[in-house]
Amino acid sequence: MRAFLAAAFSLALAIPATAGVTIDEFKTDGGLTVWHVQEDSIPFVALELRFQGGASLDAEGKRGAINLMTGLIEEGAAELDARAFAKARDGLAASFSYAVYDDTLSVSAKFLTENRDEALELLRQSLTSPRFDQDAIDRVRAQVISGIRSDEKDPSSIAGQAFDARVYGTHPYGTDRSGTVDSVTALTRDDILAAFQSTVVRDRLYISVVGDISREELGPVLDTLLADLPETGAPLPPAASPVFDGETVVIPFETPQSVAMFGQPGVPFDHPDYFAAYLLNVVLGGGGFESRLMQEVREKRGLTYGVYSYLVDKDGADVWLGSVQSANNRIGEAMEVIKAEWARMQSEGVTETELEDAKRYLTGSYPLRFDGNGPIADILVGMQMQGMGTDYIATRNDRVNAVTLEQINRVAREFLKPEQLSFTVVGQPEGL
Amino acid sequence: MRALLLTLATSLALAAPAKADIRDAVTTFTLDNGMDVVVIEDSRAPVVTHMVWYRAGSADEFPGTSGVAHFLEHLLFKGTDTLAPGELSATVARNGGTDNAFTSYDYTAYFQRVASDRLELMMRLESDRMVNVRLSEEDILTEREVIIEERNQRTENSPGALFREQKNAAQFLNHRYGVPVIGWRHEMVTLDLDAALAYYKRFYAPNNAILVVAGDVTPEGVRALAEQYYGVLEPNPELTKRARPAEPPQTAERRLIFRDARVAQPYVSRSYLAPERDAGAQREAAALTLLAELLGGGTTSYLTERLQFESQKAVYTAAFYNGESLDDTDFTVLVVPADGVTLPEAEAAMDEAIESFISKPIDTAALARIKMQIRASQIYARDDVGNLANVYGSALASGLTVQDVQDWPKVLGSITPDEIIAAAKSVFNLDRSVTGYLMKEKGDAS
Repeated sequence: MRAFLAAAFSLALAIPATAGVTIDEFKTDGGLTVWHVQEDSIPFVALELRFQGGASLDAEGKRGAINLMTGLIEEGAAELDARAFAKARDGLAASFSYAVYDDTLSVSAKFLTENRDEALELLRQSLTSPRFDQDAIDRVRAQVISGIRSDEKDPSSIAGQAFDARVYGTHPYGTDRSGTVDSVTALTRDDILAAFQSTVVRDRLYISVVGDISREELGPVLDTLLADLPETGAPLPPAASPVFDGETVVIPFETPQSVAMFGQPGVPFDHPDYFAAYLLNVVLGGGGFESRLMQEVREKRGLTYGVYSYLVDKDGADVWLGSVQSANNRIGEAMEVIKAEWARMQSEGVTETELEDAKRYLTGSYPLRFDGNGPIADILVGMQMQGMGTDYIATRNDRVNAVTLEQINRVAREFLKPEQLSFTVVGQPEGL
Repeated sequence: MRALLLTLATSLALAAPAKADIRDAVTTFTLDNGMDVVVIEDSRAPVVTHMVWYRAGSADEFPGTSGVAHFLEHLLFKGTDTLAPGELSATVARNGGTDNAFTSYDYTAYFQRVASDRLELMMRLESDRMVNVRLSEEDILTEREVIIEERNQRTENSPGALFREQKNAAQFLNHRYGVPVIGWRHEMVTLDLDAALAYYKRFYAPNNAILVVAGDVTPEGVRALAEQYYGVLEPNPELTKRARPAEPPQTAERRLIFRDARVAQPYVSRSYLAPERDAGAQREAAALTLLAELLGGGTTSYLTERLQFESQKAVYTAAFYNGESLDDTDFTVLVVPADGVTLPEAEAAMDEAIESFISKPIDTAALARIKMQIRASQIYARDDVGNLANVYGSALASGLTVQDVQDWPKVLGSITPDEIIAAAKSVFNLDRSVTGYLMKEKGDAS
């Protein structure tokens, strides 16, 4: 479900680093800004590239083009067709992963020191000379369509898509980035090429590199890797205007357990109250088993296996979402408890103990995320996209600790909107 | 959360460690009461993963109580003589850590990830609930609702999961690998305090447990704490060698059709009964691991080449084998047909491809690529010490030794093409197979 992906992403961004990670920010001769951590103890490198824009750059009427294009980047480049490219990559034991989300296209690469140059050359070919052969387009298109059809029968996917459509309307966030069977069927090779040229460009690129490589080696390597990309692509879409009407919408679907998505307006990352809102969410439904929603819905009443809430900061929208799954005859009760807890939090706020516990959790788990080259590279590139400086890491826990009980409870009163909390339920819920 | 381990294995089985320096980072010893300890050192970050694995999973349950191993795993978060329900997780969170647990056929494991200076606290909490759990009737009833919702979420809401459950039940005629880890629903609703405590008293003891500590620690430091917290616990003298009902000779090809209106993408899959990795004898399992990679391990595999690139009868193909299992396991091949291709046609294409794979020499270039990836995986594995803890813990709980784990990449690297073909011919026996069609409600199976 894509709301979960988005949530995981924003969570990773909001929990930064520890001592021991020394970030070297520099500009290459070719003008690329890089966040680099040299870590020589294991002979490999983790490289993260993020192209801002992602699937939201789909042209009018071409929904799914950027998603299909992303799936095709590894299906042949320059002189190598799809199979030859895969064999070359596997023979080097390199891993290249290309993925697209609402706001970003990501390229994650891992390669050994012993064949670094060959691996980077192969990666360069995929980024600058993808073939987009017609047979590859047709083959991957069939896989994408198979996935779309599966989503149409999966209650969690149905709920996520229906909820997004309600909230975002005609904005790209309102439709699934895979597109529809019809829109994907109609895509041509020209559409794929256009999607590539609109997205994989230098002026919206963020880079982090962690591992066995020095700054002196890295600069020229990146300039070679990325020199041939076009400078600029399609304009970013305007911000969305999320709508939360406070209603419950039921989508009938024959399945034993109902899936509910819910949400209300969120809080921008650069808002002065963001950290208070973040802590508030930990207490409400964002932590582990200790959150109020988990305690009330799962631990006390056994109504679900899991219930969560999360702040999502997209480039063009800030929302506060949640999800729960319960048997058809119990989902109504689960939703009543969630609504009651949402309202209670808004009116009563958190206790001193809850605030302290949430602070200890957030600040104490701070070093746990920085436990490998791959995870560190991922966090660093995310920090850049959020507009943070490298010094953010040193100050982040102070910002968490600076939140007072008065502030968090004012934020609860001002930002929680029980009357706007909107539910989309898929299943055969009883009594809704 | 308090999760069920999915048992469909992937090529990750390759990712075992064993470079010289990795071996140097691993220390093992056994406490006087029989508890095994594995320490994996990695000082790059001030973090530790603390895990306790029990050599007991769903396949060790008494008949009629399916799901009790997993149910008990949930209940172990409910409190002890000295901890209130939920207090363990709350304490871990207040210390900036995360905790969880998971249950599989052969083991149950509990773990925390936390700053390394909190290791002692983790050991105090974990050793406490090994022997001192206290449960009320109310805890039981509420948590039983939770595991039933978990079954709803994982299984009842997913036709693919329901299909795999039926297929697995047909694969194992006598062994409890044929019973789902989460449990059959009609037995789950009857699970009670007695069933949970019977399982707990039988299997939760230091001489049935493995402690794995990975991260910014030293073996000496771990040993001192382990002796203090786990070493003082009494072993269970009644613990016997693990022996579960074994499979009889399987002599009949089984076929089944699972229909569900929620199926969007029909597919055919076939599993064959297959041998597992045994301590000191891993070659056949290694050959099967390589076979799964060669046959269905990704873009360059044989099934993909034949059915997706050449005949284009499939949109997706795969082969799975995970040799990490206490008893006989299975080897699975799967084909998702392209539009307009029926399941019988897809099955015929799958059979033809398997037949042709066995009858031709192994593609030595493909084998060389896979062996290169195995070598590299030992380097990449060192970046994720938490996963290394999993590799050692699950291997030891599945009847293997530290030596087996460290030999595994070398064994994989030494397997010859002849051994792969021999393993394939031995395993691809229809008498020991189950072929399943996952279909739409009104789909045509002919």
